[in-house]
Amino acid sequence: MEQPAYQNPLRTGAMRPAELLPWLAAGSGFFLFPDYLQLGAQILIMVLFAMSLDMILGYAGIVSLGHAALFGTGAYTAGILSAHIGWSEPLSGLVIAGLVAGVVGLVCGAVILYTRGLTLLMLTLAVTILLQELANEQEHWTGGDDGLQGVVMQPLFGVFEFDLYGRTAYLYALAVLFVVFLAARAIVNSSFGQSLRGIRENERRMHAIGCPVYRQMLRAYTIAAVMAGVAGALLAQTTEFVALDVLSFERSGDVMIMLILGGTGRLYGAFIGAPLYMILQDQLAKLSPEYWLFGIGALLVATILYAPEGMLGLAERLRAWVRREDS
Amino acid sequence: MRISRLLAALFAALLIAAGAAWAETVKVGVILPYSGPNAQLGQQVDRGFELYQKLHAKGTGGHKIEIIKRDSTGPKADVAKRLATELITRDKIDILAGVVYSNNAFAISDVTRKAKVPFLIMNAGTSAITTRSPYTARVSFTMWQAAYPLGKHAYEKMNIRTAAVAYANYSPGKDSKTAFTKAFTAAGGKVVADIPFPFPKIPDFTPFLQSVKDAKPDALYVFIPAGKWATGVMKTYDDLGMRAAGIELIGPGDITQDSELPNMGEVPLGVVTMHHYSAAADRAENKAFVKAWKEAYGADSTPDFFSVQGWDGMAAIHEVVRRLNGEIDADKALAVWKGWKFASPRGPIMIDPETRDIVQNQYLRKVEKRGGALANIETDTLEMVKDPWKELENKK
Repeated sequence: MEQPAYQNPLRTGAMRPAELLPWLAAGSGFFLFPDYLQLGAQILIMVLFAMSLDMILGYAGIVSLGHAALFGTGAYTAGILSAHIGWSEPLSGLVIAGLVAGVVGLVCGAVILYTRGLTLLMLTLAVTILLQELANEQEHWTGGDDGLQGVVMQPLFGVFEFDLYGRTAYLYALAVLFVVFLAARAIVNSSFGQSLRGIRENERRMHAIGCPVYRQMLRAYTIAAVMAGVAGALLAQTTEFVALDVLSFERSGDVMIMLILGGTGRLYGAFIGAPLYMILQDQLAKLSPEYWLFGIGALLVATILYAPEGMLGLAERLRAWVRREDS
Repeated sequence: MRISRLLAALFAALLIAAGAAWAETVKVGVILPYSGPNAQLGQQVDRGFELYQKLHAKGTGGHKIEIIKRDSTGPKADVAKRLATELITRDKIDILAGVVYSNNAFAISDVTRKAKVPFLIMNAGTSAITTRSPYTARVSFTMWQAAYPLGKHAYEKMNIRTAAVAYANYSPGKDSKTAFTKAFTAAGGKVVADIPFPFPKIPDFTPFLQSVKDAKPDALYVFIPAGKWATGVMKTYDDLGMRAAGIELIGPGDITQDSELPNMGEVPLGVVTMHHYSAAADRAENKAFVKAWKEAYGADSTPDFFSVQGWDGMAAIHEVVRRLNGEIDADKALAVWKGWKFASPRGPIMIDPETRDIVQNQYLRKVEKRGGALANIETDTLEMVKDPWKELENKK
């Protein structure tokens, strides 16, 4: 019997020139907007978080309203490491936070991935609420509603201090995002990634051809959990603060909006949605401190009506339309 | 002749140019809840300092004050911290002011300390906030200023022997409860129930207050962050028939916030509170303030303690701008604020030179009907109260 050809995940698909664009933009952002680097770092972190959601939502088709559970786990792990245990080295803190979030993802995933549809959605939500309540109760460790005070980061590599302007934070987040992105890209292009797409498109058929559906989904969920945990830890480390908000339903909702805005199942959707959403939010809030939420609402309605597949989907439709005109 | 005229013109032009150079623009960043369910609190502070600004445009020694407003969206410390950082790094503000919630104030203190920016608190009342940065001063109040004397008063003058304490479960709530409990038990009273309300979303108060009713104390002491919280507590207190059951409602003035009283029906009648401001006070400064307020914002609008804190805060900012001649430096600004005295609508106030915290009168008040509407009528005054928490800490 013939085995499906094994593809080395690291060799699949050389970078196309267009793929370099967001990285060029992010890199030049450092020089073009020196006063906006704090916001920039937070955008990069949300890109990473949205990309993590894309792994399960866009590729494996797992609709989750509780992705903040994993983000928050990472944030609190990194924060508590520094504030209570005195472990303030950023890179190792990041790795530990990612692993802890991975374990939480594995355990939660093992339970909730037996279900599908609405049940699954409710369970992801329930996990977040449970974790948030736990963090609220464990005031001694988390600071409860006042937030976790006393997170202090050592300089990166012992040299680069986390400054008020966010220069270190921005480059740190960008580097981490790039590394994680390369890994994620390799994963979704591997045969494992193919099987996830298969599951998303037709789960029964995947069962029929002998794919271990549950195991593949759990694997995807765990990988996404590690990514979300790393994103959360980045936020905790660069802002030197953790609030209960990292575990909130709103954060789960926000990240889903960003992903949908950009386009799901493309990895790059996150690169469009997160900056678009956050820059708009920033500018609108400045324009009108009282009524800025209205602007955000209007944008969402417009997106759902006119670009249900997100900005990348819209771009693809436009390109297809231009080609048709040409021929 | 011609030359002298030319010279005169030149001289005049120089004078104008020099005048323009002397007038500095001082940037003041303000962080308040401008949207969401807590927007009313932010609006009251905002209107307070805007009104002062409008009526005292000349009080800055010719310098311009540019106010840059940001929406904290509520008690969200991460948002507040980010906004503070942005105001300092992007907008290059000279002074940071505002802040309704204590958790936001704590988070902001980290930034203002690092960046050496004067931080003027216009509400957040947890006692310890001012200890987090040497560049922080407070023109509002501390939780202990009201709760601690009320604990003593409740036992000694109101004949209350047992009390239940209920509070919004975040730092000022715990502060307020601790202060009340300490004074009340030291006087000889007994706290029979300790009930934290979940925070930050306004909960359904029924189960919490029902358990208070079951414990049958003489009084229920409540701290909640004013606004819709206050109306919620008041309504539930009434629905459960707690007054009829002989349980008196007491607390700091947040539960009978002047601007929220019209939404509470008749329920608050007779409620006793300890606080630093009532819109119904008879002082001349207050009458002028309330009159100006109603002229600016309409006869139906009432100032409350948030408004007066905004008003006094802007007065403190004017003082710094004028005294430093528009060139703000953190150390010098704090030197101006330390020991600063002002005739506020709430009575005389002073910034304690030692602690940078406010020293002010505390008034015992009772809700009564006046001119067809409810009002907090002042019945007794404790003069120039310092923050008791800091006094006790110093004794240790």
